[in-house]
Amino acid sequence: MNRIDKLFITKKTGILSVYFTAGYPAPGSTTKIVTALEENGADMIEIGIPFSDPVADGPVIQKSSHRALQNGMSLEVLLNRLSEIRNNVTIPLILMGYFNPVLQFGMEKLCSRLNRIGIDGLIIPDLPPEEYAKKYRNLFRDHNIHNILLVTPQTPDERIRTLDDLSSGFLYLVSASSTTGGKLSMDTGQKAYFSRVAAMGLSNPLMIGFGISDRESLDAAYQYAAGGIIGSAFIRALENRDCAPEENVKIFMNKLR
Amino acid sequence: MNDYQVSRTGYYGEFGGAFIPEMLYANIKELQDSYLDMLEDPGFRETYLDLLRDYSGRPTPLFFAKRLSGQYRTNIYLKREDLNHTGAHKINNAIGQALLAKKLGKRRIVAETGAGQHGVATATVCALMDMKCTVYMGAEDIKRQKPNVGRMKMLGAKVIPVYQGNQTLKDAVNEAMRDWISHPAETHYLLGSVVGPHPYPDLVTRLQAIISEELKGQMKEKTGSEDPGTIIACVGGGSNAAGIFYHYLDHPHVRLIGAEAAGKGIHTNKTAATLLTGRPGVLHGSFSSVMQDDDGQITEPYSISAGLDYPGIGPLHAHLHQTGRAEYYAVTDDEALDAALNLSRKEGIIPALESAHALALLDKLDFPPDEHVVINLSGRGDKDLQTLLQHLENEPD
Ligand SMILES: Cc1ncc(COP(=O)(O)O)c(C=O)c1O
Repeated sequence: MNRIDKLFITKKTGILSVYFTAGYPAPGSTTKIVTALEENGADMIEIGIPFSDPVADGPVIQKSSHRALQNGMSLEVLLNRLSEIRNNVTIPLILMGYFNPVLQFGMEKLCSRLNRIGIDGLIIPDLPPEEYAKKYRNLFRDHNIHNILLVTPQTPDERIRTLDDLSSGFLYLVSASSTTGGKLSMDTGQKAYFSRVAAMGLSNPLMIGFGISDRESLDAAYQYAAGGIIGSAFIRALENRDCAPEENVKIFMNKLR
Repeated sequence: MNDYQVSRTGYYGEFGGAFIPEMLYANIKELQDSYLDMLEDPGFRETYLDLLRDYSGRPTPLFFAKRLSGQYRTNIYLKREDLNHTGAHKINNAIGQALLAKKLGKRRIVAETGAGQHGVATATVCALMDMKCTVYMGAEDIKRQKPNVGRMKMLGAKVIPVYQGNQTLKDAVNEAMRDWISHPAETHYLLGSVVGPHPYPDLVTRLQAIISEELKGQMKEKTGSEDPGTIIACVGGGSNAAGIFYHYLDHPHVRLIGAEAAGKGIHTNKTAATLLTGRPGVLHGSFSSVMQDDDGQITEPYSISAGLDYPGIGPLHAHLHQTGRAEYYAVTDDEALDAALNLSRKEGIIPALESAHALALLDKLDFPPDEHVVINLSGRGDKDLQTLLQHLENEPD
């Protein structure tokens, strides 16, 4: 069974997923960060494939992508790392990245590599769901890889249902109309949006991301969804040069307790 | 016969589409669903054409360049897009999209700009139509196209410098898209070329198609035939070229030629010749030719001309290139500078550095003496004087 499915069966609430960019902050840090995240209580990890032009990302993730590329990270390098990492890490691992590097690598080749390594899902924000349905859905299914789709405050209910049909693993609820790294404001509009989607009775579990940065915003996410996704705030924590990456992970995860 | 029109789903052959994050879905869908109806609405059409005539000064003249024709022993005509209000073809698109934005109830416009011509055109129509205007411009382009930055400020636009990447056009597009993602409800993204997700390539092509619509009548009047032998235009994203090609796409006897910016040369890593050095990929929401490395990372382009300094190109051009309907050649910085100087001295017209790339092809291609060659003079060179004068100083007298 796909590890993502297993997670949502065994844990219904309070699921913490953490995003960071592979190859950031240093060339050799990816393995250490993934391992430390699991050790310190992350339920799931989203590993970013760096891209030169990440249009859906705010300054923090942009900077981490840029640095990761300078550090020599690429999809090929990452996959090699991941096959080692998978020996020691049992929680679900998801790759998140823009379409062009994936397209150039080859979707079929990627899915089969991910299956062999034991990667559980992909998030490709600029791969339209319609394109996925037409060209790649069977491929993902055959390789037991989940494609996780995004829902935003602008998405009409009818489309949310379509996305729920096409998505597997979970549905990524983008908290606000913004790029990554914003701040969650739990105003009435925000609450109404979360409640509306939560009440739709969708087949996928929901995970809330974008603007989740600390204990408080994480709790807000837990209130309306199975869990929350932290990205930019964690990457900011990794910027601290005084500690080793695994130490920064520990400090950050402790603050969330 | 080949079909050069966009498909219902936004493809020219295999190129095009709308590869956008879900955050932009609602806005793009709204545009996809409404743009054709709006463009074909008689009220829209009338307002658009009135503004082109009374505000921008269209039709732009077709000028027979006698001394240039003598030099190259053929018949050269210049389609004078430089004589538009604000000095380039960009205003054709800006007027149309601003009207469309108004219809959609948007009160705020964001735009990217490279050379600053699209930024100025956008700032201009926003002043005219009382809309808020934010223009993203790479910090490098702000330096090399200073006069246009001043014009945008004068017109009341907010110009935001972009410090990512090479600090040029690609980076400005990224930032404009991020702005749109963050302000989807009240904002229209007034994209300046035939790039981006569907429907932008078709929308901008149709708004620039006025160039070839006029050209047909002007050619008929001057030569007795609607069809010139050859049409040459520079291609950055490809909007002035798409506009002057449009009504000739199904006239196979008209040779269509695009001039890409070679920068220091297409075999160097300082180039912006996308079709000649790129391969298929996705950038800024469409599948087209893209300059990229083996890992699919976009490579930073280089050209002396800010408007051509872009690692992507509109999907229509990728299709025209693939099918062979249009030919594309590369022109280096130095060749463009020489061509700009030559036109200034021969015809008393200082061209934009972008347009100078089209002119420079006259040195590389041979035309029979009875041929009619039309060059799209997409813009005027005022903005480039700093760069042109530097070149002049290095010229032997
Ligand atoms: C005068 C002029 N010509 C051409 C271009 C290139 O754009 P496009 O290829 O879309 O016509 C620009 C862009 O800034 C321009 O200012």
